[in-house]
Amino acid sequence: MQQFLVFVRKEFHHVFRDKRTLLILFGLPVMQILLFGFALTTEIRNARILIVDDARDIASQQITQQVAASTYFSLEKNALTHDDLYKAFREGKIKCALIFPPHFNDDLLHFNKAQVQIIADASDPNTAKTLTNYLSAIIGDYQKRLNSTAVLPYRIEPELRMLYNPELNGSLNFIPGVIALVLMIVCTTLTSVSIVREKEMGTMEILLVSPFKPIYVILSKAVPYLALSLLNFILILLLSVYLLGVPIRGNIFLLFGESTLFIISCLSFGLLISGLTNSQQTAMLVSMMGMMLPTILFTGFLFPLENMPVPLQVISNIIPAKWYYIIVKAVMLKGMGFATIWKETLVLIGMTLFLLTISLKRFKIRLA
Amino acid sequence: MSEKAIVCKDLTKQFGDFIAVNKISFEVNTGEIYGFLGANGAGKTTAMRMLCGLSYPTSGEATVAGFNVSRQQESIKKNIGYMSQKFSLYENLTIKENIEFYGGIYGLTDRQLKDKQEELIGKLGLEKEVKKLVGELPLGWKQKLAFSVAILHQPKIVFLDEPTGGVDPVTRRQFWDLIYEASAKGITIFVTTHYMDEAEYCGRLSIMVDGRIDALDTPANLKKQFSAATMDEVFYALARGAKRSAD
Amino acid sequence: MRTLKFLLRKEFRQIFRNKSLLPIIFILPMIQLLIMPLAADFDVKNINLSIVDNDHSAYTSRLIAKIGSSGYFHIKGYQSSYKEALRLVEKDRADIILEIPAGFERNLIRESSQKVFLAADAINGIKGSLGSAYLSSVLSDFNDQLRIQWVQPQKFSPQATIDIATVNWFNPLLNYQFFMVPGILVILVTMVGGFIAALNIVKEKEMGTIEQINVTPVKKWQFIAGKLIPFWLIGMFDFTIGLLIARFVYGIIPLGQLGTLYLFLSVYLLALLGFGLLISTYSDNQLQAMFVAFFFIMIFILMSGLFTSVDNMPVWARWLSRMTPVTYFIDVVRMVILKGSGLADIKNQLFIELGFAVVLNGWAILNYRKTS
Repeated sequence: MQQFLVFVRKEFHHVFRDKRTLLILFGLPVMQILLFGFALTTEIRNARILIVDDARDIASQQITQQVAASTYFSLEKNALTHDDLYKAFREGKIKCALIFPPHFNDDLLHFNKAQVQIIADASDPNTAKTLTNYLSAIIGDYQKRLNSTAVLPYRIEPELRMLYNPELNGSLNFIPGVIALVLMIVCTTLTSVSIVREKEMGTMEILLVSPFKPIYVILSKAVPYLALSLLNFILILLLSVYLLGVPIRGNIFLLFGESTLFIISCLSFGLLISGLTNSQQTAMLVSMMGMMLPTILFTGFLFPLENMPVPLQVISNIIPAKWYYIIVKAVMLKGMGFATIWKETLVLIGMTLFLLTISLKRFKIRLA
Repeated sequence: MSEKAIVCKDLTKQFGDFIAVNKISFEVNTGEIYGFLGANGAGKTTAMRMLCGLSYPTSGEATVAGFNVSRQQESIKKNIGYMSQKFSLYENLTIKENIEFYGGIYGLTDRQLKDKQEELIGKLGLEKEVKKLVGELPLGWKQKLAFSVAILHQPKIVFLDEPTGGVDPVTRRQFWDLIYEASAKGITIFVTTHYMDEAEYCGRLSIMVDGRIDALDTPANLKKQFSAATMDEVFYALARGAKRSAD
Repeated sequence: MRTLKFLLRKEFRQIFRNKSLLPIIFILPMIQLLIMPLAADFDVKNINLSIVDNDHSAYTSRLIAKIGSSGYFHIKGYQSSYKEALRLVEKDRADIILEIPAGFERNLIRESSQKVFLAADAINGIKGSLGSAYLSSVLSDFNDQLRIQWVQPQKFSPQATIDIATVNWFNPLLNYQFFMVPGILVILVTMVGGFIAALNIVKEKEMGTIEQINVTPVKKWQFIAGKLIPFWLIGMFDFTIGLLIARFVYGIIPLGQLGTLYLFLSVYLLALLGFGLLISTYSDNQLQAMFVAFFFIMIFILMSGLFTSVDNMPVWARWLSRMTPVTYFIDVVRMVILKGSGLADIKNQLFIELGFAVVLNGWAILNYRKTS
């Protein structure tokens, strides 16, 4: 036991002595949280819109006012002719345009029908669609107000409730994913690199020749990184809760338990990777770059899984982060208990055991 | 003055408060085999780096091949060869490719390169290994090859930083044969080593302790001076009192 | 010049002999390009809907049929109560719940108005709000259809309607891959240029061969050029292959001039290589270089507008984004390929990128000293 602690302490020294490791260990999570929490969002804001008002009457002006008041749009002040329009789009100066034909209000009053045209820069289709939707909503509102005196018969009135996130806080969707991503990258990388470092330096053989059972050698590597990852996890949680206003609605012990499980699966991954190579460089490349892409892609926090072609969706099932993401969302954001996520937990346990078994087996083979 | 390969006067290198090389002065004659010895941490490598134009002296003066180490580094580099402890041949290039590379950057023409390649490979008996990557060669071959590449461009002086680490005595002896050959051709050899038997091969040598040169003479004279039977004992007598122990 | 030739020859030989590097330079980018666009579809569709139909009338069936055919929703199931439906949402199996109260048809006719209840999982705010907006609009359409069926148009006062004609420029089919693929091309090149180039130089430092070079008459600029040129060429090559894949796999044909694109690419690669070079001058071994490069490149990529638009970011973040070289290339690549922008349109970005190239390379060259 005493010797075990000695090994553990040595490992801690390794980590804390190297400033760059610390950068990754703590800097990366903080950076990610800050970026995803504050900077990155799929919510549209300040989209530059140009209003070409050939009518200049009360209707067009009222609608223009509404658009100007909306946070989604930022009104482009310079008046442009129709010819300049294309150029402005091409240069990326405006994202969409709203064109009022002459006699807009007259048409509405006398013919009960008028037209407007929306031009959207569809090079970013999602933004285009969203902007078009928002604009249509504003116009639709105006239309409703015009007709408010008329009461329609047979009205179906939808009553809407936004669950779990009524303020539409954009971070909520990202943060569980960021947690999974960060834990995955940091944990896997540190574990695999540290084991390979010993191999490279030749000290691994010394360890194995010692009276220590191989399993303890591995444990001595795993324990510090487990602890550090948990620390990391706490750091991220604190940032999310206090800086970004992300709630923890469920049982915090359950959250910790599941996170520990996930961390162990990442550790096993790191162990597996370390068995594949003798060079620290390769271990790092595989852990960081190799793991980063699939994790971002297939966890589902950035790219919606349901939009992917079926084969990719199938692949996503073998990424532990995907299951962990669902668990975190359920426990942290929806306040669910174990009953809701027992299936996902089981899958995670299964994956972890599987990974541990293969990597330990490989380790043993290498020794023999 | 130009007959002297290296002239060193009060050469000093200071890092903050730490004086790594403390006012060393010595001269090396053209064609000499000069041993530059010292314990670990004595300042040998630091001094050598200044002479090669890799490091600016804090104070003092030195000329190498007639060029000033503080102001004319590029000229020095054209006229010297260098072989470091790490050998620094590219392990993932073949013998031919290494020769071509180093010869080429020293300005040898294609014709010369071809000739040199054949000459070198023949001399070292490496015909069978020509297609191999340098990394696949045994240590002894690598060292000899590195030395040969270092003098490929007929430099006036070649600096050798502990060139024979880790090989058996026979291979070391063969290595020194190469050194003698080069010296006979007029190349000045400036070598540092930990092997005291190699110290005996040198024409003259100096021993650095704690940044200063504490002894400078022929091996024979030094042994007489310290009433020692071998260079080993001379070294021990001098280095025993050293305060620094690591570079 | 001749010296440079020898340096380049050595570099290329070493690169092509490095078995673990080759796949990363050539194969990984291709895989990225083939998989990522397929995966990266932010479009709001495939919304899982759980329906609680307490009425079971002919009209609710029609409504449900209409919802199903709208194309936005997958009807995940018909639950018998809101509670049951909620359980689906809790398990992440459903995104929206539509509850139709009992007596829907009857009440609608009798009271002339009837509520229906929507509950949307708003953790993904966009999905929640757009999803419920789509559902509401289907409901509204259905409502109009019903009304016209039951009532003569003259019986209710004329409605003023504003018809909206929408035109989508540059990507009329709203094809998401058109948007993603050019961006991914940029990432491809960025990894190679920034990351790998940095590693390469540090490797020499680690192995000590840099000292060997410092001792030779090789000039500083020759050494640096010898290190950068191979990766510049590889970057160009990767980008070209990427363009070919974009053409033949995704059907993306650049609207603008290829020349403009390649011009910007050359400058971009210079900037990126300068960045890699800079990192290498501050690192002593490959691990350090990798960590630092990874850290920064991740920030660059996330902030570049690849996944999330720069315009959506708060002001301070937009400034940060403007300070990274990647952002401008993403802009340009989308502008040239999708909008056919020309040299004049992108001249601002070009100058800024040039600035990056000069500053980064200059800083790195100052740092790299043959004599210390």
